Amino acid sequence: MAQYIIRRLLQLIPITLGIMTLIFSLIHMIPGDPAVQIAGEGARPEDVLAIRKALGLDQPLWSQYVHYLGRLAHGDLGVSFRTSTPVAQEIMHRYPATMELAFGAMFVAILVAFPLGMISAIYRNSWIDNVARFFALIGVSMPSFWFGPLLIIAFAINHTWFPVSGRDEGLRSLVLPAVTMGLALSAILTRMIRVSVAEELNQLYMTTAIAKGVTRVKAIFRHALKNALIPVITVLALQFGSLLTGAIITEQIFSWPGLGRLLITSINTRDYPQVQASILVIAVTYILVNFISDLLYAAVDPRIKLE
Amino acid sequence: MRRLVRNFAFASGALLTIVLIVVAIAAPLLAPFDPNAQDTIRRLEPPSHQHPLGLDDLGRDVLSRILYGARVSLRVGFSVVLIAAAIGIALGSTAGYFGGAIDVTIMRICDILLAFPGILLAIALVAVLGPSLNNVILALATIGWVGYARLVRGQVLKVREMEYVTAAKALGARSPRVIVLHVLPNVINPVIVMATLGLAGAILAEAALSFLGLGVQPPTPSWGAMLTSGRQYLGIANHLAIYPGIAIMLAVMGLNFLGDGLIDALDPKYRKRME
Repeated sequence: MAQYIIRRLLQLIPITLGIMTLIFSLIHMIPGDPAVQIAGEGARPEDVLAIRKALGLDQPLWSQYVHYLGRLAHGDLGVSFRTSTPVAQEIMHRYPATMELAFGAMFVAILVAFPLGMISAIYRNSWIDNVARFFALIGVSMPSFWFGPLLIIAFAINHTWFPVSGRDEGLRSLVLPAVTMGLALSAILTRMIRVSVAEELNQLYMTTAIAKGVTRVKAIFRHALKNALIPVITVLALQFGSLLTGAIITEQIFSWPGLGRLLITSINTRDYPQVQASILVIAVTYILVNFISDLLYAAVDPRIKLE
Repeated sequence: MRRLVRNFAFASGALLTIVLIVVAIAAPLLAPFDPNAQDTIRRLEPPSHQHPLGLDDLGRDVLSRILYGARVSLRVGFSVVLIAAAIGIALGSTAGYFGGAIDVTIMRICDILLAFPGILLAIALVAVLGPSLNNVILALATIGWVGYARLVRGQVLKVREMEYVTAAKALGARSPRVIVLHVLPNVINPVIVMATLGLAGAILAEAALSFLGLGVQPPTPSWGAMLTSGRQYLGIANHLAIYPGIAIMLAVMGLNFLGDGLIDALDPKYRKRME
């Protein structure tokens, strides 16, 4: 296992470096003179010069790159154009909100998918199964930026059960964004659980258990579920990464003060250091989550390591 | 029974897709009003006999804007898929056929792009290039080609060892000729399936970017942008948020059904690979 972890860790290095390079080069992809673009039309030459200096654009490219990597290594993500404070500060401030949303969405998905997937598997091809599968289909086809507003109309405006937006009312604020973001995941998860449990129900050990007099319900919960959960857990972990990007849209719908909303606001205000840092943090979190889920997969299923 | 359901899904997917294409092409004939004509006095008016889907915040006919919006969606969808598939097929077949350093380089670039969440990269690219229809297409194609490259490379690796390829080489055919005439025809079916599903993905991604204000700029009607402006009038004029969403969902569902049906017809091994 230790060897596997080390090997996977080593694989992370070039990928992370690649992503840092990509983000570094973003600012150089701005058409025309980035400093002029950032300062805006009709800016005074001294402002343009100041921005060029602040971004290090007056240095040769290789020197900019080395400086950029050096600063990152020291945890320095840059200074915001808008607030003149270190961008890392704002990110630290927003990070918990995004995590809260992601975990909330995951909780919703599990809450919906487990009963639905299990029932679907046990009563395969019955009407319940068909309803569950139809739900799964709707769930993957419905864009969150449509489902979210529908939820707001139904449960924040027509019935004022939850706030329309923001994060000020604790758990009540979390419900609608978490349901919006959890819908697609719950659809994927329902399908996954259905297939996985159905497969285990066909195994010989289930026949044996029932032949020995164990009740069907007990056999399902004690034996089948345990085996069926292995692939489900990994899918769940892998999907956590996509929740992070889903948060960009969901946070925008509900004005949720997380990283995604920070990113979009910074793009609109041309606060490039903040944009670069937000993208970097989301991307690195995404990579780390995927790395952890890989390890989890190897831990629950020893066959993986051999590959 | 399952076959029947699947055929039904395929047929409805094909039907929805045809409707989408017809609407996009014939939008000027079908739309009852000019999509950009404003009637500000009647802004936010709910659906009526004259305006079946109501009027938006500037008093423009929502139905006409949705019909014209299909053009934007399909234009982005087809452009992204064509560009991404062309780049992906070229790089994937080169990597698979020649192997060695070329293969390693191309695949490492793929790894980095795959490690980066797709929509985030698209957002980043549009953020620096500036929001516009062409930049959305460029951004989505930049993240889209990786899937094709990996798919084609895998298929080429298999086909490369086949006897007819060896025979063609033995007869003196040059590499490009072997790839185009002998290798590619054998990998085209899974590419078509991927392209159909990719069309749905691109339409959804365009709507998402436009929703974030990073896509098509006003006054061009785009379903995602319509949803964004509709979001500001929730509770006052719900029709603004509801109808563009239905359009997106029908288009995406139709293409997904179609792609799913094509899997069985063109690429029966696909499901096995995905499992």
